[in-house]
Amino acid sequence: MRDEKTTQFAQPTLTTALVASHGLTPEEYQKILKILGREPTYTELGVFSVMWSEHCSYKSSRHYLKLLPTEGPRVLQGPGENAGVVDIGDGLAVAFKMESHNHPSFIEPYQGAATGVGGILRDIFTMGARPIASLNSLRFGSIDHPRTPYLLSGVVAGIGGYGNCVGVPTVGGEVYFDECYNGNILVNAFTLGIMKKKRIFTGIAKGVGNPVIYVGSKTGRDGIHGATMASESFSEEKEQRRPTVQVGDPFTEKLLLEACLELMEKDCIVGIQDMGAAGLTSSSSEMAGRGGSGIELDLSRVPLRESGMTPYEILLSESQERMLLVARKGTEDEVKRIFDKWDLDAVVIGQVTEDRQFRAHFNGAEVVRVPITALTKEAPVYQRPAARPSNIDELQQLDLSAVQEPEDLAATLKLLLGSPNIALKEWVYRQYDHFVRSNTVIAPGADAAVIRVKGTQKGLALTVDGNSRYCFLDPYVGGVLTVAEAARNLACVGARPLGITDCLNFGSPENPEVMWQFAEVIRGMRDACMALKVPVVSGNVSFYNETDSKSIYPTPTVGMVGLLAKLKRVVTPWFKFPGNIVVLLGRTREELGGSEYLKLIHGLVKGTPPWIDLKLEQAVQNCCLEAIDRGILRSAHDISDGGLAVSLAECCIGGPDRPLGVRIETHEMIRGDALLFSESPSRIVVSLEEKNLARLQELAAELRVPMHVIGTVGGARFVIQPLLQLPVEELRSIWAHGLTARLK
Amino acid sequence: MRWGVITFPGSCDEQDVYDSLKREMGQKVKLLWHKDELTGHFDCLILPGGFSYGDYLRCGVMARFSPIMRGVVKFAQNGGLVLGICNGFQILCESGLLPGALVRNAGLQFVCRQVFLRVEESDTPFTRETKKGQLLKLPVKHGEGCYYADPSTLEQLRKNRQIILRYADAKGKPSPAANPNGSLDNIAGICNETRNVFGMMPHPEDACSQFLGSEDGLKIFSSIVASRNDRETRHA
Repeated sequence: MRDEKTTQFAQPTLTTALVASHGLTPEEYQKILKILGREPTYTELGVFSVMWSEHCSYKSSRHYLKLLPTEGPRVLQGPGENAGVVDIGDGLAVAFKMESHNHPSFIEPYQGAATGVGGILRDIFTMGARPIASLNSLRFGSIDHPRTPYLLSGVVAGIGGYGNCVGVPTVGGEVYFDECYNGNILVNAFTLGIMKKKRIFTGIAKGVGNPVIYVGSKTGRDGIHGATMASESFSEEKEQRRPTVQVGDPFTEKLLLEACLELMEKDCIVGIQDMGAAGLTSSSSEMAGRGGSGIELDLSRVPLRESGMTPYEILLSESQERMLLVARKGTEDEVKRIFDKWDLDAVVIGQVTEDRQFRAHFNGAEVVRVPITALTKEAPVYQRPAARPSNIDELQQLDLSAVQEPEDLAATLKLLLGSPNIALKEWVYRQYDHFVRSNTVIAPGADAAVIRVKGTQKGLALTVDGNSRYCFLDPYVGGVLTVAEAARNLACVGARPLGITDCLNFGSPENPEVMWQFAEVIRGMRDACMALKVPVVSGNVSFYNETDSKSIYPTPTVGMVGLLAKLKRVVTPWFKFPGNIVVLLGRTREELGGSEYLKLIHGLVKGTPPWIDLKLEQAVQNCCLEAIDRGILRSAHDISDGGLAVSLAECCIGGPDRPLGVRIETHEMIRGDALLFSESPSRIVVSLEEKNLARLQELAAELRVPMHVIGTVGGARFVIQPLLQLPVEELRSIWAHGLTARLK
Repeated sequence: MRWGVITFPGSCDEQDVYDSLKREMGQKVKLLWHKDELTGHFDCLILPGGFSYGDYLRCGVMARFSPIMRGVVKFAQNGGLVLGICNGFQILCESGLLPGALVRNAGLQFVCRQVFLRVEESDTPFTRETKKGQLLKLPVKHGEGCYYADPSTLEQLRKNRQIILRYADAKGKPSPAANPNGSLDNIAGICNETRNVFGMMPHPEDACSQFLGSEDGLKIFSSIVASRNDRETRHA
């Protein structure tokens, strides 16, 4: 190893500055010296730097992530693999995961978002599952920020450009705008795949002498140190890091997907993993780590896109559309035959060893020799200091008596419906193919997307949710509400939750106040997951979402998957027939803290988020689910951003057919703006035929769910007596053009 | 009857077409690989949607050079039924089996939504189970679906009644607002002069089940079945 001088590439001398520029602290460097018993080579320094980065090692979050419930009767694979896997019966299972691609998307929105989709797709098909649905959760700065339209257009085009080309439908998602993301947008991509339960593949390297095969695109200099970039904060000059953003090639991804799935039908693969963050280094060392093996690579054999690449660059490149697989010895020709068919490279670049070392050679010289465990299990873990933010008490103070109730509540409703956070997002999702694979039963725009499971009577419901303002004001309650809303969205279409994947987007973990937010959010999510009995099966943490020391709001986004045992029972949010009775399940309280109304109309981000009783939440969801199972409901819609009034308006105007009016009578003894716009959770608006009302009442009584008949569907006006009335067509027009009008 | 569905590298909808024909209609379907020569007997060949060769060059221009296309052209010239959907339509235009071209959408963005189509001609093997003027509800999803042809070609298409489907509004009017991509004359689907090759941008395979919001796609496929049965009878 000491004879690196004889090889043909530059080797900078290791200096304190060089170590620091690799994101390693002096203490971490001392730990490396102790593990190796010598100075690392330059290449080894690069390897440690990416493997010990926050992005790959989860060094600040691991301690807390352990608190989340990850087990359940249907869980076949929990966190720690490329994706979680859940049993859906009929011999089938689904794999799903969500991942962030925030920093690259801010630097280069089209490619950043596109490669985010590419990465999550590979995480799914590496498990042996065919990707059948994607969603995304997007957060941008204020719509009036000069960069926002550019970032939004680029991100949306990138997601569409990649996902459409690979032939995986984007069936849902969420888009939010808030000043806190002006300098650091969030792009979280979710994909779900379907597989035979008996054919789950994992990222494992075992069986001494088994070949390590590199498949897919050639390796270039793109994305070197992407994982390190994702583990740092932004500043103006970091935008210079453009070369660390990778470029996507969805056509190659499509070929890779088909070739891998075809190969998985044969008996060749021992283990397989995507070369994602930290590329060849992380895939090979993680696979060996899981298998308790060693791995030996000859970097001279790696297919290269450009000449003169050093071992350092080859090991750290994050070129896209590459996979690493360990095959059974003797099946090399079969593997090559299938990849040849799809015009892709498949090259044996190494083998599994028993010495538990990660070794790499280049032109005959050994350039890396590091114990596998040093890169995986022994990576640093920190329990960083956490401190309650000094301003949170002040933030939570909200004197409602000082908040003047608007005189014209109809005008207020129009402002809310036309605001970018609530307005129709068709401009976004019409750029995504949501029909391909011909499974889409509920397309984007509803509480949850629904796809059918071909060959069964079942359906799958999918949703992504987050409310960062709640988490900013009270991260514990925000964590609970995020999980509860996701489950409620599934209940509204008639699906029972199977599992969660999450993206936890936060500021710098080195800031104690951010660490406190993180710990509180996890605590909240854990309590909600336990109460609603939903396991967390996969996820990702994205720290350092801050620009020039200004953190984003703590933003956990939750992707939840649910099962509809009988797809034919599926329900959509929109009113269907004039004459149907409108019923509110749950209770509206005077809770305006943290609401969209308070922010938009009064410019206030204050108060405590609405309180939630998880027992009531579960009862409301069960009531909705039971009623859907019994075929009682014609529609069901969750109440969230903008409260009851916005939710009712969406029931009238959100459907594919002509808008329907509604006439609501209210007798609640709370102030008008709270009645209309309070965001009390655990509420669902349903509609049904009058003849079924008694059955619903019986069910609600049995489950102890408060329910009120509040009105009737019909007419051309949207009426909430005695507070407001408007032509429903006018509401539709305001809502439909709210986003596009602001993008011009 | 026997269907062949061709998979090009980058095809996305071959399985959807296969499933619709097999699961919803109980048809005999075979997936064909683009590198193979066309062998065996088929009654109808389908070129499915997707992004052949990533659409990195002009859409469909690479796929026309796939080995199987020699056989497809011959099959069409001998009167065999060929249906091109979306990217398949683009490939048929690039291969010279259909006139005109599909260019970038007028709005410059990919567009995915349900549209209404007015059946302009029902005397083709692909629309014979529909009525002239009937509306079909099918999804479109494409970035390059704007149909273009020079004025004389367009005149020929009109004269020979080769314009089969046009984008229309819910009332059946082919208005500019109903046109998702800026196609000339709201053209969504055309056939060749001998009426055995048909290209359409909308996706019938995504509209073959009540769960998917429309079953109108079945009308295209069942028309093909009916015309083939008819031919059998005539030949008998």
